[in-house]
Amino acid sequence: MQRIGVFVCWCGSNIAGTVDVHAVAEALKNESGVVFSTDYQYMCSQAGQDIIKNAIAEHKLTGIVVCSCSPRMHEATFRKTAAAAGLNPYMVEIANIREQCSWVHKDMLSGTEKAVILGRAAIAKVHLNAPLIPGQSPVAKRALVIGGGIAGIQTALDIADAGFPVDIVETKPTIGGKMAQLDKTFPTLDCAACILTPKMVDAAQNELIKIYSYSEVSQVSGYVGNFDVTIKRRARFVKEDLCTGCGLCTEKCPQKKVPNEFNLGMDTRRAIYIPFAQAVPKVATIDPDYCTMLKTGKCGICSKVCTAGAIDYTAKDEFITEKYGAIVVATGYNPISMEKFDEFAYSQSKDVITSLEFERLTNAAGPTAGKLLRPSDGEHPHKIVFVQCVGSRCDSCAEKGKEYCSKICCMYTAKHAMLTRDKYPDTEVYVFYIDVRTPGKAFDEFYRRAVEEYGVHYVKGMVGKVVPQGKKLMVQASDLIDGKQLHIDADLVVLAAAIEPDKSARPLATMLTASMDTNDFFTEAHPKLRPVESPTAGVFLSGACQGPKDIPETVSQASAAAAKVIGLLCKDHLTGNPCVASANEMLCSGCSQCANVCPYGAITYSEKEFRMPNRTTLMRRVASVNPAVCQGCGACTVACPSGAMDLNGFKNNQIMAEVDAICRN
Amino acid sequence: MSELNQEYKPLIVAFCCNWCSYAGADLAGSNRLAYPADVKIIRVPCSCRVNPMFILRAFQRGADGVILCGCHPGDCHYTTGNYYTRRRMSMLFSMLDYLGIERERTRVEWVSAAEGAKFASTMNDFAKKVASLGPNKRLEDLRCKP
Repeated sequence: MQRIGVFVCWCGSNIAGTVDVHAVAEALKNESGVVFSTDYQYMCSQAGQDIIKNAIAEHKLTGIVVCSCSPRMHEATFRKTAAAAGLNPYMVEIANIREQCSWVHKDMLSGTEKAVILGRAAIAKVHLNAPLIPGQSPVAKRALVIGGGIAGIQTALDIADAGFPVDIVETKPTIGGKMAQLDKTFPTLDCAACILTPKMVDAAQNELIKIYSYSEVSQVSGYVGNFDVTIKRRARFVKEDLCTGCGLCTEKCPQKKVPNEFNLGMDTRRAIYIPFAQAVPKVATIDPDYCTMLKTGKCGICSKVCTAGAIDYTAKDEFITEKYGAIVVATGYNPISMEKFDEFAYSQSKDVITSLEFERLTNAAGPTAGKLLRPSDGEHPHKIVFVQCVGSRCDSCAEKGKEYCSKICCMYTAKHAMLTRDKYPDTEVYVFYIDVRTPGKAFDEFYRRAVEEYGVHYVKGMVGKVVPQGKKLMVQASDLIDGKQLHIDADLVVLAAAIEPDKSARPLATMLTASMDTNDFFTEAHPKLRPVESPTAGVFLSGACQGPKDIPETVSQASAAAAKVIGLLCKDHLTGNPCVASANEMLCSGCSQCANVCPYGAITYSEKEFRMPNRTTLMRRVASVNPAVCQGCGACTVACPSGAMDLNGFKNNQIMAEVDAICRN
Repeated sequence: MSELNQEYKPLIVAFCCNWCSYAGADLAGSNRLAYPADVKIIRVPCSCRVNPMFILRAFQRGADGVILCGCHPGDCHYTTGNYYTRRRMSMLFSMLDYLGIERERTRVEWVSAAEGAKFASTMNDFAKKVASLGPNKRLEDLRCKP
């Protein structure tokens, strides 16, 4: 039997004005288990808290009920008071008689009556309270960053700066991501490589950063502070520690006709390759789909020319397992496929290209060494049409494109148009748009320069059709402002393709039990107040995996995510919330209903041995809740068909007791 | 016979989720937006913590109306909790229909932490509806009568 103390607060006249606090204290004295009941002007004041502390000591109280303001206001205060007097803080219940009683009811009689009932419900609940002790779990002081683009690199650099080891896992043979493929960056027009490659080198040289390139995450288990991650290191058939990156093998390899994905297939590479000159790590990789040696066992030239002896045709995929305290997702984006957009003749003509292909064409390290030449015949184009929103903002064509705005296209198209007019003033440039969206520091000025200084023709309207005719591309479009149909004989058409999350994001989200929206972008814990955390504790978001973003935004988010990770890794132990679910193994039938509704993946199953009569044992599958992962929503308690699952602090019998107490009149 | 002369006061149990609706109820208080004292609030972490059994229990023990408030769909503090609530309650309500409990005695309402006014007007409206239905006799467990 509990020994309960009741403390009724006046809150000056806030409560006492419409609730007869003496009467409440008197009435609650008669409740079962109540050994002490009093009222005071301000329970939250030092003097009020002393009354509570003294009563706990004097009357050997095992539970207390404070009838006062909302628990959202002072629950923490009174829990601390109880703890200071040696009572478990979870033996405190609050009856909200201010916000939900005295402030909303005008007459004394009904206010007092309700306050007594609310006090009674709290007493009924505290009878069933049990002392709770928050769990502590250690924190593995190492972070994992998934994705080695600018987002991942920035996050890793910032975490390493704070003194914590970081591992980057990148699926490509090199880090750098999309930014490495870009030519110049808006709105300042500094070259992407000039600002990115120093960061790549910093990451490679930082002793705290380990880069697993050509690798992927294959398994994740554990929880915040204690993730166990298995990383698959794909066989690159070149020993990373021996290869010097001299590139001799990539010159001698006889297999020359491999489409070069770094240049989006606009030129070719060898079967053994280094993606680009500034690659990090600068190590060759053998493409098993094209290597003659690996396919037929005849060749071996690269092995013969390699003076470092780094080639190893027998290499196998390796799996390594590492412990991490925090995981940052930075899987980035890809332009959507243009295959479904037949009207723009992307698959019929080589001279219809995407904006990313245009980046490679104008990049000094690209397939044309930076000269803007038509992919079909290598001639200089004199009339270029840029089409914006290809696949973006498709509310009527959702099966082809995306409903959202891809955000970066307006700015990079303005950049492309401006750079073209700057390098080749004889080129006529048209941009077709639905709206020009340029919010951002110095963005609108940049767009206006393209129009006013560089004379780019911006036309409001969509392109209806592109028809290849001889060497020309006939562009049929409508000008919505002049209300005219336009026919332009263009030499080159550039499509601003919508961007979508990388394909690896969906399976990764499943592994991490992190949630995604309908477009496969990772969802944040709160869209405004917790934008870099995923709802899953210990998983953070960086860059375009969370939504379309330009480089400045990506870098800000990357640093923000790093700050959150550092905050987590600084702690030696994590103190959990003890109000979490727990399973009664005697009742559990291992049916998995609870795990199906758990949004956090906190519930696991294991075979357990139970003693049976006659000295026999029985193996049964039972659920267990990881208290470090459980957030205490209670969805599982209702899903459980056998009543095995219950929630500490809000147990079934506690809520039932409250219902009974309220209805007992 | 004195009971007959008294004005009938319904007994209403309101389950409110900690993060949105309970805070909405607090806001109604801070703004002094009155609603009948017949409404008694029970705090739960999430609307999905409410077992249909709790609602049945309330009716058995003599509650005349039960209302369940949670975060708006898509705004759940626990991401998906209120979606489970929505499904579970539509199941429960069809069962209550089958048992002959008037549909107006139960309600699910989404109230955010900013919607103090909505909380008060919802409670006023609900209390009025329940009062017009009179006492709940159908599911009341007479053994529980004092």
